[in-house]
Amino acid sequence: MASIISIRNLEKRYDSGFQALKGINLDIPDGDIFALLGPNGAGKTTLINVICGIVNPTGGTVEAAGHDIISDYRAARSLIGLVPQELTTDAFETVWATVSFSRGLFGKPRNSAHIEKVLRDLSLWDKRDNMLMTLSGGMKRRVMIAKALSHEPRILFLDEPTAGVDVELRRSMWEVVRSLRAHGVTIILTTHYLEEAEQMADRIGVINAGEIVLVEQKNELMTKLGEKRLTLQLQEPIEQVPEALSAHALELDDAGQALVYTYNANDKRTGINSLFRDLDHAGLRLRDVDTKQSSLEEIFVDLVKAPTAGNTRNDA
Amino acid sequence: MNLHAIAAIYKFEMARTWRTLFQSVVSPVISTSLYFVVFGSAIGSRITEIQGVSYGAFIVPGLIMLSLMTQSISNASFAIYFPKFIGTVYELLSAPISYVEIVISYVGAAATKSAALGLIILGTSFFFVDIRIAHPFMMLVFLALTAITFSLFGFIIGIWADNFEKLQIVPLLIVTPLTFLGGTFYSIDMLPEIWQKITLLNPVVYLVSGFRWSFYDVADVNIFVSLGMIGVFLAACLLVVAWIFKTGYRLKS
Repeated sequence: MASIISIRNLEKRYDSGFQALKGINLDIPDGDIFALLGPNGAGKTTLINVICGIVNPTGGTVEAAGHDIISDYRAARSLIGLVPQELTTDAFETVWATVSFSRGLFGKPRNSAHIEKVLRDLSLWDKRDNMLMTLSGGMKRRVMIAKALSHEPRILFLDEPTAGVDVELRRSMWEVVRSLRAHGVTIILTTHYLEEAEQMADRIGVINAGEIVLVEQKNELMTKLGEKRLTLQLQEPIEQVPEALSAHALELDDAGQALVYTYNANDKRTGINSLFRDLDHAGLRLRDVDTKQSSLEEIFVDLVKAPTAGNTRNDA
Repeated sequence: MNLHAIAAIYKFEMARTWRTLFQSVVSPVISTSLYFVVFGSAIGSRITEIQGVSYGAFIVPGLIMLSLMTQSISNASFAIYFPKFIGTVYELLSAPISYVEIVISYVGAAATKSAALGLIILGTSFFFVDIRIAHPFMMLVFLALTAITFSLFGFIIGIWADNFEKLQIVPLLIVTPLTFLGGTFYSIDMLPEIWQKITLLNPVVYLVSGFRWSFYDVADVNIFVSLGMIGVFLAACLLVVAWIFKTGYRLKS
């Protein structure tokens, strides 16, 4: 798949001397939902702000659909919609006026039908004549998304879109994101809710301390790095792992009710067969068996913590 | 040229005027009327004619200039400062719009407002004194040039200011004193000789003098010198704005 955003050796050093981006190389395929994960201060927002024109890069290049974001900024920016992290809206404008303003600002002629559709999709239609200051935080968030969609962008950046948003609104926002994707819009989002990235994203990039640590198809990432945990519920509680099972990496849970076996599902030999044989020899009787794939969150914490994780760089 | 963007910003700024109609239009008109009452009628009745013009009529161009300059600065500085303050400037920076277009739309809107206000004050003054306008075209040229120049100046202040105090400090500490000392309420002939020389360092003198010439054909300094000075100030503001956008000063890190 062709990439719609292509970033080469992108660097940003702030005047304070802080280097927020250290030679980022990244390609984002057209039509994907790309989730950018990283701890606070990793450079997620700086990266987005450079692409959108809010922060000047100090090195490297970015192209959006083949247009350089600096030398050809008009063409590049008119393809991009941005929903920044902070809730910043005017106070006295109406919803309709502010969304129409954004459309004009991005160089598009008036199109009431499109604005109406955007407002309806985001359940803002009833509020169209309300002043922005009278809206709740969640409604303001929707207005900011509506502003970003007002000029029919091909690329949408959502910087922490669901921070501080209630469950219902979060769900409806993901509905909007899915329908945009169905219409061919590429979506790049940052989120702290890893669960969401897990559910929504086609591809995941992890950024840490200004460097892309890893870029991977979500499913591949999950299986590649995914440890599995096999939990064996016992009929009778035991006090310690029996001698006969000492060859296996087993942990006894607190109450002695269960044995937990951790393995990697991608290994040729998972050790499960021999474990079960030995269990039988040890005379342990099982009540239930349960396996669990590690969540993206666990993978993520592992990556960011482990200093050697940088070796797994993969420029898609 | 992103004409849709220019139109959008211009409309947005003009809509702000309508929302704040009282503050934007009514209050300057009221305060100018007070000047007429106090200086024109109460004190002016005891002052003889200046350069063949009654005192009440003499101060009209100066009063219009006073409003024009202060309103241009406050309109334009607030227009760009406020998006920075509340954060909505992100949209402006991420839009496919050039710096020239940003300046045209913000300065254009601010200058439109203050020029309209100047004309309203002119209209108001007809109720108080007899006014004749000797050079209507040149009057409008001075009005427009001053509105544009000081809106540019206000735009610069709005970008430079990173708090509300800085936003107010230049108009309060520099522009207002210069205006009052710039021959708004008197002819510089009336000053002691040494002050006549010193006052020529004040750029406002040239603006008020030129503007008054367009009304009554009398001037403290040559009309071309007046035009030249305003041209110099306009060019200086344009240079500063160009530098701001080139470096991203106070807008982009």
